[in-house]
Amino acid sequence: MNPPTAIAALSLLALTGAAQASDPNLARNLAATCANCHGTNGRAVPGAGMDALAGVEKAKTLQKLADFKSGAKPATIMHQISRGYSDEQLDLIAGYFAAQK
Amino acid sequence: MMPMKRRDFLKAGAAAGAMASLYGCAGGGGKASGHVVVVGGGYGGATVAKYLRMWSEGSVQVTLIERNPAFISCPISNLVIGGTKTMADITVSYDGLKNKWGVRLIQDEVVAVDAGKRTISLKAGGAMAYDRLVLSPGVDFLWDQVPGLNNPEAQGKILHAWKAGPQTVALRKQLEDMKDGGTYAIAIPRAPYRCPPGPYERACLVADYFKKSKPKSKVVILDANEDVVSKKGLFVKAWDELYKGVLEYRPNSEVKDVDVRTGTAVLEFDKFKADVLNVIPPHRAGDIAARSGLRLINNRWVDINWLSMESNNTPGIHVLGDAIFPAPTMPKSGHIANQHGKLAAAAILNLLSGQEPNPDPLVMNTCYSFVDSKSAIHVSSVHRYDPATRVVQPVKGAGGVSAARNEMEGVFALGWAKNVWADMLA
Repeated sequence: MNPPTAIAALSLLALTGAAQASDPNLARNLAATCANCHGTNGRAVPGAGMDALAGVEKAKTLQKLADFKSGAKPATIMHQISRGYSDEQLDLIAGYFAAQK
Repeated sequence: MMPMKRRDFLKAGAAAGAMASLYGCAGGGGKASGHVVVVGGGYGGATVAKYLRMWSEGSVQVTLIERNPAFISCPISNLVIGGTKTMADITVSYDGLKNKWGVRLIQDEVVAVDAGKRTISLKAGGAMAYDRLVLSPGVDFLWDQVPGLNNPEAQGKILHAWKAGPQTVALRKQLEDMKDGGTYAIAIPRAPYRCPPGPYERACLVADYFKKSKPKSKVVILDANEDVVSKKGLFVKAWDELYKGVLEYRPNSEVKDVDVRTGTAVLEFDKFKADVLNVIPPHRAGDIAARSGLRLINNRWVDINWLSMESNNTPGIHVLGDAIFPAPTMPKSGHIANQHGKLAAAAILNLLSGQEPNPDPLVMNTCYSFVDSKSAIHVSSVHRYDPATRVVQPVKGAGGVSAARNEMEGVFALGWAKNVWADMLA
């Protein structure tokens, strides 16, 4: 095995290790922390003034969250909340909501 | 044990539980099954009941034991006291949990827990077996710390209204009956207590009512703490700008006793007589948690494992909401109790299918408070599990408070309520 292959194999091992350590339902669990305001599985109560997130394209949700995080999108509270989640966590959340039909 | 209809179900539950334990151990990642008993149908208990059913796709049996026939929300109840909302606005049926999610509801009270045998006893008689027990009992008051209030008659006159329900209605009635020119005083216990900004919100909403309907009347806050415990800058600004001459704040004013006949609060060096005296006594984890052998911290709050919300000394019993010893900067709020419910539901389903709980849980909080009948302010925070301290710690750089009170957040506060109630109960 030449050195680059060995490094690749090690990286793969590290990645696998990380994947095994995280919970298979991590995306579901993280998305559930949004449900208090945005509804169970992102299905907000209609007419209650909160954005529904279910079925929204992943890239769209991620862009919105990135804009809240950076301050580009004005907000009363979402700039404070979005900064509590890592980019990896937001990626899982946006993916979970996109998959809710 | 008296023969009763419930008994067959109890037997069935126990049998299913025994099977679930076998499968659970053997499965190692299979589908969760078993019987979870949830005690208390508030923000924590209703949430865990729904999420256990939803996430297990019905494979886990859930029994919810709640003494009240319907859910009544503490958040928003200060608007009922202020007179702009009604009890109907803060009451939600348990029918959704029962009919949509298949939660078995029993209107009763749990009087004892046998953690060794994994059974609970009901006030109406009978026992029930569980694989996992969730206690979401809220708080009970330490009446002995306000001796004059340590009897039912006194408690009917000097109200706390710190559990939404008949006391909410009764306090509103006292305020309506008070003559113009009277004084309403609210006494706040030392932190930690349920809903840190709640007493200041209530003082604002009573002051708002007085300004509109009884303009010669006054509000006095007797705070046992040395300063405003939550959203200080925003509350102080509201008091200065909206309620000057109406609302007075007195720190370091712990109520040690009361004279019920004269409506007088007894402080350490002083006395204060009010026409409507509203005393929130110090409290601790709900009695059932305190009586079940669970380890308490400071003799008041349940010591739990933050990966599962499970008691640190009594396996199989998970505790949620206001009853637990809080993580750093984590308030005792309905929103947080709902988040505890989801953390516990995920952990319980893992444990019932032979897996470890999620090693990286996260919970977040949002508390809105009204400062008048339309404008609100918030505080928010995010808390992520830290393996080094084994506690959920506030995420640095996240969370905060409103820039200023505003009506848009008043709309969001009511939208929050509609959504969180649906998230728990619909």
